[in-house]
Amino acid sequence: MSEATGVKEPPRYTKKDFESDQDVRWCPGCGDYAILSAIQKSMPDLGIPREDIVFISGIGCSSRFPYYMNTYGFHTIHGRAPAIATGLRLARPDLKVFVVTGDGDGLSIGGNHLIHVLRRNVNVTILLFNNKVYGLTKGQYSPTTEFGKMTKSTPFGSADRPVNPLTFALGVGATFVARTVDRNVAHMEEIVKRAAHHKGAAFVEILQNCNVYNDLAWNAVYDRELKVMHELRVQHGKPLLFGPIDDRRGLVLEGSKPKVVRVKDVAEGALWVYDETDPWAAQALALLTSDPEFPIPVGVLLNVEAPVYEEVLIDQEKKAVADRGVGDVAELLTSGDTWRIP
Amino acid sequence: MSDGTPVSAPKKPRRELDRAVVRFAGDSGDGMQVTGEQFTTETAWAGNDLSTLPNFPAEIRAPAGTLFGVSSFQIQFGRHRVYTPGDRLDCLVAMNPAALKTNLSDLKDGGLLILNTNSFDQKNLDRAGYKTNPMDDSALAGRYRVHKVEISRLTKEALEDLSLGTKEKERCKNFFSLGLVSWIYTRPIEPTVTWIKKRFAKNLEMVEANIRALKAGYHFGETAEIFGECYGIEPAELPSGLYRSITGTRALAWGLLAAAQRSGLSMVYGAYPITPASDILHELAQHKRFRVRTFQAEDEIAAVGSVIGAAFGGAIGVCATSGPGLALKAEGMGLAVMAELPIVVFDIQRAGPSTGMPTKTEQADLLQAMYGRSSEAPVVILAPATPGDCFFVAYEAVRLAVKYMVPVLVLSDGYLANGAEPWVIPNPESLPEISVGFRTEKEGFFPYVRDEATLARPWVRPGTPGLEHQIGGLEKEHITGHVSYAPDNHELMVKLRAEKVRRVAQEIPATTINGPSAGDLLVVGWGGTLGAITGAVEEAQMEGKAVASVHIRHMNPLPPDLGQILRQYRRVLVPEINSGQLVRLLRAEYLVDAVGFNRVRGLPLATSEIKEAIDQILKEKE
Repeated sequence: MSEATGVKEPPRYTKKDFESDQDVRWCPGCGDYAILSAIQKSMPDLGIPREDIVFISGIGCSSRFPYYMNTYGFHTIHGRAPAIATGLRLARPDLKVFVVTGDGDGLSIGGNHLIHVLRRNVNVTILLFNNKVYGLTKGQYSPTTEFGKMTKSTPFGSADRPVNPLTFALGVGATFVARTVDRNVAHMEEIVKRAAHHKGAAFVEILQNCNVYNDLAWNAVYDRELKVMHELRVQHGKPLLFGPIDDRRGLVLEGSKPKVVRVKDVAEGALWVYDETDPWAAQALALLTSDPEFPIPVGVLLNVEAPVYEEVLIDQEKKAVADRGVGDVAELLTSGDTWRIP
Repeated sequence: MSDGTPVSAPKKPRRELDRAVVRFAGDSGDGMQVTGEQFTTETAWAGNDLSTLPNFPAEIRAPAGTLFGVSSFQIQFGRHRVYTPGDRLDCLVAMNPAALKTNLSDLKDGGLLILNTNSFDQKNLDRAGYKTNPMDDSALAGRYRVHKVEISRLTKEALEDLSLGTKEKERCKNFFSLGLVSWIYTRPIEPTVTWIKKRFAKNLEMVEANIRALKAGYHFGETAEIFGECYGIEPAELPSGLYRSITGTRALAWGLLAAAQRSGLSMVYGAYPITPASDILHELAQHKRFRVRTFQAEDEIAAVGSVIGAAFGGAIGVCATSGPGLALKAEGMGLAVMAELPIVVFDIQRAGPSTGMPTKTEQADLLQAMYGRSSEAPVVILAPATPGDCFFVAYEAVRLAVKYMVPVLVLSDGYLANGAEPWVIPNPESLPEISVGFRTEKEGFFPYVRDEATLARPWVRPGTPGLEHQIGGLEKEHITGHVSYAPDNHELMVKLRAEKVRRVAQEIPATTINGPSAGDLLVVGWGGTLGAITGAVEEAQMEGKAVASVHIRHMNPLPPDLGQILRQYRRVLVPEINSGQLVRLLRAEYLVDAVGFNRVRGLPLATSEIKEAIDQILKEKE
């Protein structure tokens, strides 16, 4: 606490300050290790005292996360972390709240809560680890598993059409939507920090590898060669480019539909320059993931401002107190019709 | 007399009564709830003790004239203590044929029956399923004192010169009825006049119309030849003090505000709309000045989740629901048991299972409250006995939750929620202390280290430096709170969680016995049946029977002296609005041969039926 300003100045942390004393119990080789490391590394840069940070999770492999962070943490119920985080923010708007979830926790059992925390724009940072499979229950298909995929519970192929987490988040009105990859620590750090600084609900899909039940599900963005043609780095104010250095590909918009072109074939200025404050652009870009003709966008797709739920409520409260003073129960009890019996 | 101005007429004789039971019944759109509430206020002003029972359909705008669209409001008032809204009616006001059909069977022989003759047309008779007009039935006149009054026409005539439309004039007829019944029972109409002025302040024409209709009804009673007398009921000898009328819903909400103010804690109230609990949300949402943050969640699960999150943050987390919603909250409550966080859950019980009869009362969630969670998940359970008691129980729930770091479940019901009673306004200063000590001391801190007296674990507000820790739904190692699958540790933690709830027994005052401390029969009740049981037991006592009653407010743990008390009587009778739930707990806990008296009709128990059950069981003994 600085004497002069009264504002807490966080100590100079290192990654180590955010490592808890608990044994990490994920399978060896799990993508969650890299995510944990990246998040621990990005914490010192947030400039927030460690005691003011809370990690809340639901159930699943990803949801063990809070135990491994040396912050306040709460491992709750399957799918319900967004609801618990909302209540925490209502009670304690001074805290920085993260929600850690997975594709099953966040999009299946907790799909409803995810909708509402995003549309209300509660100030929480939501990290959804998407490995397209149920890991902790040992290998059933999840809501993001590809159609036709054979898993333990779909020996003849999944009949479910998968949900695209990004179009889901955009569709329910999220104000910050991004994607990153567990194999890219630097990019994860950058995205997590940007999400954490966003005012309102920030949604980050982290493509994550389950090396036991769905190994290399995201190989298109892992494999050095495949990645060149399949990973599309999204950067605000820059054209959407991918492909080999000597033969770059880019996206152009034909009407409302994106199209892949060879950069050298189109006029300068014809390329789609990305604007992360444009919700229409974000929807179009997010949809690419569902189409194998297109690369997989990675980066910040949307970053806009909107009223923050708990701030609106607290403003109403402040106004009520300013107008009529803090409530008094004795006064309340005797308000309205009363009568005295001697 | 058509203009509503006072007409001087010879004063009619006034007969003194001890008590009266009146019911206003009409179509959903006839304003019967407002009529009843205003009659209640007038009666409170008259100084009588009283108890009310609103009864309305679940349909918001049921088709006019139908049997299922009938809405009613019943009140019993008297010069002595009044425990219930009454079993049988002394006076029934039926605003249409459907109201007559659905309510007549409750009217005493010789009771006053006031009918709005204008509504007994062919259409309404058909809708109510009457083949012939019951008003023409000589049996009706032979059995009751029937007063056929052209309520609709007289109301319209009283408002003739006003520019309101016919429909709006017609809508004032409930105030005519109120005025008439106010005259019959010599109630002061001033409080209603004041209320109308305030309620319709933005529409002066409506103020004029409703006051005129009210006075027209009052004067009609005074002057019309059909009413030979009116009735007076002397003020009751109630304890002195400042009184107000209060419903169970409002009392629960205000009890929470009192607890928040006293403890200095902020409060988060998370709720999903459900009948009959939603009114608590509506009430609290108005009180932002009390720093209560209300959250309308996306579902019942999110509601309980939000209050768990709030409690983790160091606030009072409270939610309310009804039976089906409580089922959805079961998993969340299990987490609160495991994480040992102080949350309060109100269950405003209604008739079920499933959607059941949402606006009707029941006491059938006791076993759900006790056992309706996975594994061993004990919580503290309280049950208010009257609408006013809801205030103290809500306060007590918060006090116990934060003192023992435990979820507290409060079982109210539809009858308590909507019913009202005159209530001595308490001084908030006189309520017990709610002490909250957030842990800040680093030395010796572990998340599951326990207080010796209460077994409570420390409550730490996130934001406290040096006490960063992680909790969750996985089993915790004793003291350290680390995740543990060790068999002996699990058994120890199961026992500790149960013992913590059991220790709440040290907070329970000695049980009050209404009657002899030993005898032939003890009647044991809980929740909203207090009035009916007390009335029945007192009747039996006046007949010289060795009968006593006790009423349980702490359902889990049960009062520590209860076992001893049960053994002082030859028989134990447990009346409940369910198929026998408390009776099972008592039999299991104390090995007593308690028997149940069970009705599950969506209605409060009647004093008379409990009295019959008492007589019956005493006869069996012989």
